[in-house]
Amino acid sequence: MYAYVIRRLFSGLVMLIVMSFATFLMFFNGAVDPVRYTCGKACGVPGVLERNRAMLGYDDPVPVQYAKFVKGVFVGRDFPDDPALRKSAPETIARCDAPCLGYSPKENSTVTSMLAERAPISASLAVAAFIMWIAFGVGGGIVAALYKGRWPDKLIVGTALIFYAFPTFFIGLFLYKFVAIKWELTPQPVYTAFTEDPVAWAMGLFLPGLTLALFYIAGYIRLTRSYVIEAASEDYLRTAKAKGLDKRTILWKHTMRSALTPLITLAALDFAGLLGGAIITETVFNYQGLGKLAVDAATTWDLPVTVGIVLTLSTIVILANIIVDVLYAVIDPRVKLA
Amino acid sequence: MIGRAHHAPSSTVALDAPRDESALLRVEGLKVHFPTEDGLVKAVDGLSYTVPAGRTLGIVGESGSGKSVSSQAIMGLHRGSRAQVSGNIFFDSTDLLQIGDEQLRRMRGRDIAMVFQDPLSALHPYYTVGNQIMEAYRVHHNVSKSAARTRTIEMLDRVGIPNPDKRIDQYPHEFSGGMRQRAMIAMALINDPRLIIADEPTTALDVTVQAQILELLVGLQEEFGSSIIIITHDLGVVAEMAHEILVMYGGKAVERGSADEVFYTPGHPYTWGLLSSMPRMDRARLERLRPIAGNPPSLINPPSGCAFHPRCPFMDEAKYHCVSQVPVFNPELPHPVRCAIPEGERHVIFEQKVKPSL
Amino acid sequence: MKAQRDGQEPILRVKDLKKYFPRKTSGVIRRPDSPVQAVDGVSFELYPGETLGVVGESGCGKSTMGRTVLQLLEPTAGTIEFKGKDVTGAKGRELRRLRTEMQMVFQDPYGSLNPRQTVGSIVGAPFAIQGITPEGGVKKRVQELMERVGLNPEHYNRYPHEFSGGQRQRIGIARAVALQPDIIVCDEPVSALDVSIQAQVVNLLEDIQNEFGITYIFIAHDLSVVRHISDRVAVMYLGKIVELTDRDTLYADPQHPYTQALLSAVPLPDPRKENKRDRILLTGDLPSPINPPSGCVFHTRCPKYRTLTDTEKKRCVEEVPLPRETQAGHSVACHYAESTNLAIV
Repeated sequence: MYAYVIRRLFSGLVMLIVMSFATFLMFFNGAVDPVRYTCGKACGVPGVLERNRAMLGYDDPVPVQYAKFVKGVFVGRDFPDDPALRKSAPETIARCDAPCLGYSPKENSTVTSMLAERAPISASLAVAAFIMWIAFGVGGGIVAALYKGRWPDKLIVGTALIFYAFPTFFIGLFLYKFVAIKWELTPQPVYTAFTEDPVAWAMGLFLPGLTLALFYIAGYIRLTRSYVIEAASEDYLRTAKAKGLDKRTILWKHTMRSALTPLITLAALDFAGLLGGAIITETVFNYQGLGKLAVDAATTWDLPVTVGIVLTLSTIVILANIIVDVLYAVIDPRVKLA
Repeated sequence: MIGRAHHAPSSTVALDAPRDESALLRVEGLKVHFPTEDGLVKAVDGLSYTVPAGRTLGIVGESGSGKSVSSQAIMGLHRGSRAQVSGNIFFDSTDLLQIGDEQLRRMRGRDIAMVFQDPLSALHPYYTVGNQIMEAYRVHHNVSKSAARTRTIEMLDRVGIPNPDKRIDQYPHEFSGGMRQRAMIAMALINDPRLIIADEPTTALDVTVQAQILELLVGLQEEFGSSIIIITHDLGVVAEMAHEILVMYGGKAVERGSADEVFYTPGHPYTWGLLSSMPRMDRARLERLRPIAGNPPSLINPPSGCAFHPRCPFMDEAKYHCVSQVPVFNPELPHPVRCAIPEGERHVIFEQKVKPSL
Repeated sequence: MKAQRDGQEPILRVKDLKKYFPRKTSGVIRRPDSPVQAVDGVSFELYPGETLGVVGESGCGKSTMGRTVLQLLEPTAGTIEFKGKDVTGAKGRELRRLRTEMQMVFQDPYGSLNPRQTVGSIVGAPFAIQGITPEGGVKKRVQELMERVGLNPEHYNRYPHEFSGGQRQRIGIARAVALQPDIIVCDEPVSALDVSIQAQVVNLLEDIQNEFGITYIFIAHDLSVVRHISDRVAVMYLGKIVELTDRDTLYADPQHPYTQALLSAVPLPDPRKENKRDRILLTGDLPSPINPPSGCVFHTRCPKYRTLTDTEKKRCVEEVPLPRETQAGHSVACHYAESTNLAIV
């Protein structure tokens, strides 16, 4: 098991290296000079482009830049990395401590600190959405399965489908503009840090969380419903019934154990995906999460931020996959990790 | 009554068993119908039989004959589904089709237990074998976990599982096929039930393992005195296990008799077909097998009259209303046969045309 | 007997065939571990027009053996000679040509037919794959084949799910016969079928054999069916052939203790005989093909082993018994085949 985890971590690391290098290559082979985005109108002033290029290290060949980047991840780096300047004018140098993912001149801030600032917002959203979609999705799916073919089943599956059919931005806008602002049915969706005020945090997350959750709920209802129906037709449930077990034990101990196991994998991966930010929802509700950061960075050719986000998201997804596989081996005694 | 063969008294079967009011199980006019999009599937359509205490009834038939469905009806496993079940199933004097769900649940596993065909799919993959057997015991006995565990280890040992104190904590996939079926039998026997329904208990097993399991079942029956219904398509298995045999075709009983009667003086053309279509190791090899022509009947639109008539080689231009009337099956008789051809004539056909080639 | 061994050249000669499935160790760096020895040194000859039955319990390697002979699986070691020519490891065009001469009928008439293809295209597929146009066109030939195996040729455009199990097995047989192969490997072709249908399919297989002169390898676990259809029978245990002889000798005078136990385990449809019969019950489970027992692989469960002296036992544990002819045409892989037989049937 440990050997398995080590092997998986190693292959994950290789994947991260490949992905980050690919991001570098794409960035510098694009049609646009990324330095142009660092100075706006000032770029016209002679020497500014060159200075910024040197400060960001964009004048080095791509492999050298990549090596510096990797080094920065482990030991941190300075911008610009110029020993002469460090002596003459230390105040013009920006220090970026390990793990340094880069420095964004546009935001005048290290990528690490930007990510640290934005991540809690996306994570909060993900948690809020996760709780709601598991509660309604799995709960609805179980109820639908138990009433298979009768009206509660049709009602649940049909309602979920309606919400699924509407695009997320529409649902988000509707909830925001009508439910929250016009009808004032819910508190205003404003992000408050959990450490500041847990109640306000939860209140603020309700609508954006619901917007995200509604997208997932339909899928989870359908999956849960079919897993429960499938599990209920297994031979071992007939055995459980033939033993004389009561309905509750059969449902919760025997049926759910097999029906929900595959859902755990799926839910964990979906959750991990959401940690990286939900672009549409964050935009609609004006939440400054990772999703919004990613879009901004990509549209302004902000290489350090782009690479930083790519790496962070990839790491989360890779780790989530490893965790899910290990978890599965714990839940299902038939699975052996080797 | 012409020339019906009577058996030597050495025959081990009580010939008056069907009329025995003290029979442990009495099934009367059982029907199990499933409504489907294509029409009503009459999986079991008017089935009657009895099982005396301490005896073994073998139910033989091909897939779709209703043999498994009828036994699941005894356990009430169709309750809560769309199946329409009617008739009477008396266990002692309790009608299992009339009692409430809760009362039936208390009897399941305690009075009547089941052994299923494929022990791998019949055991829950996520729980240990011990957990599942202990659960079967504790649901009917108010005992502590450790007492249930001791009892489970005893049972595992009794059914021939080596190192039961270690195997109890293993999962089904860590057991071999034969060991899994032994564990299923331990689970069925742990409450000392009066009736065991074994549904194709050895079909998924290899022949040497099958021999072990059948031997185990026979030994346990002698020890515990339970009645057994063994459902199988394998005539060899019923020959070894059953005192009485019921042959089913198209959801109905077509013949019932003692093992000797069904094997040595079978009365129904379908039984003849079964006996002569199978290759047999204990007889001279035939140049050619003699299959039953055609295919099993539809359960939605069964053939009119006798369901076997389209495949019956002895129908002789419907001289005997084979096509127009369903032949009568009188469960009160010692060796009832559902066939329109009069018994005397059938006997002549059997002796002259069938027996020589068996 | 359809096949005469005397003076006839075998159509297929399998020598010391092995099929191992590799395994890897667990650990940070994975090294090859001892493999699953599914087929471990199987040799036999197959004569034109005969049926060689292969029996054994699940896990004995009989199916793997059949697939390896057809080169659906790549052999780990050993040679396969077809009509005197070594075809082991044939590739590309040679392998494709070989496929026209050796075909397979599978056990599961549900799983082995593509549910989205019509019967016509399933049975006609071999022509398309091999790029052969039979006389009169594919459709005409396919309908002839369908008629030959007892299907209604008008059902050409129907899908597999519209047929019963027995009919589906007929479709599989028609497909196998389409290119008039020399050899068909039948892997449990009737074990999923009901008794009354089984006999129909067995008869069909025999008729087709006589009509087209096909040689069969008939793999099955049902000893009664194998006895009916085979000319010679090979008994497999844990990847090895333990006994191989003609059908009548095998069933009347089995010499390997495993064959004896296997035959005695079959319940007979005859209650009086059944009650009188003594069984040789094997104890324990089939050992793992990953670490098979040393010496004779059967010694851990062998009823005869228990009756031997210590010196004799030592030989069973240490020395692998090679197949040897105890009589002409009767090969047994047991050191003590000749000593007193156990009670049988």
